[in-house]
Amino acid sequence: MKIALFGRRLLAAAVFAAMPLATHAQVLTVVTSFPKDLTEVYKKAFEQRNPGVKVEVLNKGTSAGVAYVREAPATNKPDIFWASAPDAFEVLAKDKLLQKYEGKNPAVPAKIGSYPVNDPEGYYYGQALAGYGLMWNTRYMKANKLPEPREWADLTKPAYFGHVAVSSPSRSGTTHLTVETILQGEGWARGWAQMLQIAGNSAAITERSFGVPDGVNNGQFGIGLVIDFFGLSAKASGFPVEFVYPSVTAIVPANIGLIANAKNAELGKKFIAFSLSQEGQELLLDPKISRLPVLPAVYAKAPKDYPNPFTGKIKAKVNFDSDLSEARYYVVSSIFDQTITFRHKELVAATKAIHDATAKLHGKNNAQAQKLLTEARELAFSPIVGEEKAKDKEFLALFRDTKRNAEKTKQITGLEEYWNSLARKNYARAAELAGQAAALAR
Amino acid sequence: MSIVTSDIGAPQRRGAHTRGYTPAQLAVALLIAAFLLVFLIVPVGTVIFVAFAEPGGGLTLSHFESFFHISLMRESFWNSLYVALMSVVFATIIAVPLAYFTVRFRFRGALLIQTLGVLPLIMPPFVGAVAMQLIFGRSGSVNLLLQDAFGISLPLMDGLNGVIFVEALHYFPFILMNLVVALSNVDSAMEESAQNLGASGSRLFRRIVFPLAMPGYVAGASLVFVKVFDDLGTPLVLNVTNMLAPQAYLRITSVGIEDPVGYVISVLMIAFSLFALWASALALKGRDYATLQRGGSSLAKRSLGPLQTVFAYAWIIFVLLVVLTPHLGILLLSFAKVWSFSVLPDAYTLQHYGTIVQDSPMMIWNTVLYCGLAALIDVILGTAIAYLILRTRLPFRRALDFLASAALAIPGVVLAIGYLRTFRGVELPFTDGELLTSSWLLLVIAYAVRRLPYALRSCMAALQQLHVSLEEAAENLGATKQRTVTRIVVPLMAGGMLAGFVTSFMTAAVELSATIMLTTSQSAAPMSYGIYLYMQSAAGRGPGAALGVLAVLLVALGTYLSHRFLRSRAVDLDRQL
Repeated sequence: MKIALFGRRLLAAAVFAAMPLATHAQVLTVVTSFPKDLTEVYKKAFEQRNPGVKVEVLNKGTSAGVAYVREAPATNKPDIFWASAPDAFEVLAKDKLLQKYEGKNPAVPAKIGSYPVNDPEGYYYGQALAGYGLMWNTRYMKANKLPEPREWADLTKPAYFGHVAVSSPSRSGTTHLTVETILQGEGWARGWAQMLQIAGNSAAITERSFGVPDGVNNGQFGIGLVIDFFGLSAKASGFPVEFVYPSVTAIVPANIGLIANAKNAELGKKFIAFSLSQEGQELLLDPKISRLPVLPAVYAKAPKDYPNPFTGKIKAKVNFDSDLSEARYYVVSSIFDQTITFRHKELVAATKAIHDATAKLHGKNNAQAQKLLTEARELAFSPIVGEEKAKDKEFLALFRDTKRNAEKTKQITGLEEYWNSLARKNYARAAELAGQAAALAR
Repeated sequence: MSIVTSDIGAPQRRGAHTRGYTPAQLAVALLIAAFLLVFLIVPVGTVIFVAFAEPGGGLTLSHFESFFHISLMRESFWNSLYVALMSVVFATIIAVPLAYFTVRFRFRGALLIQTLGVLPLIMPPFVGAVAMQLIFGRSGSVNLLLQDAFGISLPLMDGLNGVIFVEALHYFPFILMNLVVALSNVDSAMEESAQNLGASGSRLFRRIVFPLAMPGYVAGASLVFVKVFDDLGTPLVLNVTNMLAPQAYLRITSVGIEDPVGYVISVLMIAFSLFALWASALALKGRDYATLQRGGSSLAKRSLGPLQTVFAYAWIIFVLLVVLTPHLGILLLSFAKVWSFSVLPDAYTLQHYGTIVQDSPMMIWNTVLYCGLAALIDVILGTAIAYLILRTRLPFRRALDFLASAALAIPGVVLAIGYLRTFRGVELPFTDGELLTSSWLLLVIAYAVRRLPYALRSCMAALQQLHVSLEEAAENLGATKQRTVTRIVVPLMAGGMLAGFVTSFMTAAVELSATIMLTTSQSAAPMSYGIYLYMQSAAGRGPGAALGVLAVLLVALGTYLSHRFLRSRAVDLDRQL
């Protein structure tokens, strides 16, 4: 009766549901942080060349992707990890979650600048190149009468107050690279000072790296710190935006790697080989993708004005040190979050007070006010963790250990809490001092 | 199979039919209980357990302690509370005058208000949020115009404001509908008595009408609170993550499934849902102002004075305009070539719809498949539970009702976290070691469990309206129980079941909280995830909006159909009596 009726229906539903699972197409699983615009093109091209193969794309943020690969059971690992941040690959390789094999395309140069394109140990391969730069909305700039920026340092100027946007390194691997590039290019203290000033000028610390180019595209923000393809692809898609590489930039490879114990390792190797081949590299020139190929020959087919990192036209001054970046990965993220992301309101208030005081003191010779202002700057724009401490191995190890017990978690959260409240205090004091300085100028 | 233990000799009372239960019914009940146990109680129990579990065994509060030690978490906690409360406040400001106009006055605008009550609900809030950003955002159409004309700009969409704005606009119909029902149930005799005793004007409203309508308002308001508190999609789309639901999502996906903080957040979210639901139950139960006669005349309707008419229409039209902006915005975006820092898009194209049809027909199909299956499960379970509760005397039938309805208090994020944790490493039978957690089946089950309470209510209502004498007549004529159920009960309940199906289907179609956590691969993604995914790239905004428009149309169609079913059902009933 009822049971039989329900039973039959449920059974039918279950059989129906299980059907697609039972068909044995060869499935290649790709974990990636790249947008659908890119993955769709590769998926189609690869499936077309390999009939009977299905490419499954798993879109994850970089850190979520790493967590996914780590937590997938050994019998059921995905096949390919494909993302921008080299640090993520370092983490995966260190945890033996990637599979070493010889599969590089010999036509790809060994180095870009002084940075190796492929992992020297053979865990992963550079698939595209990425530089970091500034992207702005031309309509927004015109409406707000802002000059076009050239360098990171330009963004610290008062004129740009409230017009900039950045993301947070803890949320986005590419932002982490940008921040790390500035830290390596300018040095720890100067780099943080610059970063804090830029953040102080920012309208928002967006939660996803795409939040920045998206906001610039639709005109919410004037200028954003972005990875090059966000700017180039938006421009190619018709948005009124421009993109430049500042001189303190690094060109680093976005990588692709075979996951250890991949279910379909042979197919995975085939996909990697395809992505590195002339054909696979040409796909990067698709306007919607607009990434820099690692294969120099492909640039011959690129549109005019397409940036070519192999001709030295992009002055990438920074030789990115990925070991250094990896060693302090969590520390940098955490400092950024505690002193910038979570205390953004206070930082902006301090920045504004400092800008105001600077404007008022302009052309006046008031030593005491200048002293107060310098002190305010010092308080607001110094890293919460000194350079020495940032090199301390024990300190770094505390943050690097992924296996956290209750004791360690407490230690870390305690430290983070201290940074956070200290930052808040510093910003409030800086705003106060700047206010006093401005008052003296009257 | 007809082991009918019908107790013919038992006294037959109206409505409360007294018979025992058959072993088959018991088996069905046990099956349903097992389903709910595996897919609701155990996962949620796991989440709660992990939040209190010591790594070495034993229970501890230390995870909660470290949660409140992290200032981001404290901030998220207060932000979530603030956003949910403010959303209720703004939804109230929008809804109360509208409800009052409808019930109190005789005028044509009432029809407009009814439309208003449906329009926001067909637009999933996270889709609407994208459009609202373009219209009310920092450089949105409205602010660009204001900037041009007056040199000012309103921070409507900045941070938490944006979430509150979007949510209040989406959920105010819950308050509106509940309040309209409550107000129209206020008996005019009450009002007249008060008037006879000398009350009038605002005093009459404050002391009589308002308290009488209070339970309806609280029910609506607490629903809004729960929905806003649980929403993950809207804050994510608006780039706000310092709230509880996004934090739970981020902790679990990027720190990992072991991170205790994610579970602490889950427990807090359940606690707040329970609290709000309890408050609403209390409001509806404790303060029973049931008047003696029901169906009597409701509040006296008056005609509006000229000034009142102007005010009423101005408010209605203003709300209508604001309510329509997300719809309009998403439509524009789906046709826009480039829309950047300008009041309207630069040029229009149909290309985005082409992209969808070419690249993502799977997503539309997936939505239909998953939500269809989930709704089917819901209707089957709902009908079975309703039958067991109303027509049998199974000892634990109330518990079954309670279990099925408990899903109301479980946020999508929490259920998803529970699934990921409980079914970690479980492989599906008959497959090449495919994991349950990476299979779309889990998504179907999550949808089904979360929508079950709604379907159950529809099925219960349908069965309640069905007089038991019809079944008795069939049985007297020799039909077996099985035959009675299949030939009499189910066909007569069809309207209610369909309504339940449609409600489950369309709410599942636009749900993002569980979807975003349980979807793994693109090819298995439903539309709601697709919209979110598309919105992650510059060239994807158009197609994402196009997919959003399709989702809105799908939900609108569903709403229309469910109204039709309910109406034709009412007609059937009339005919039947």
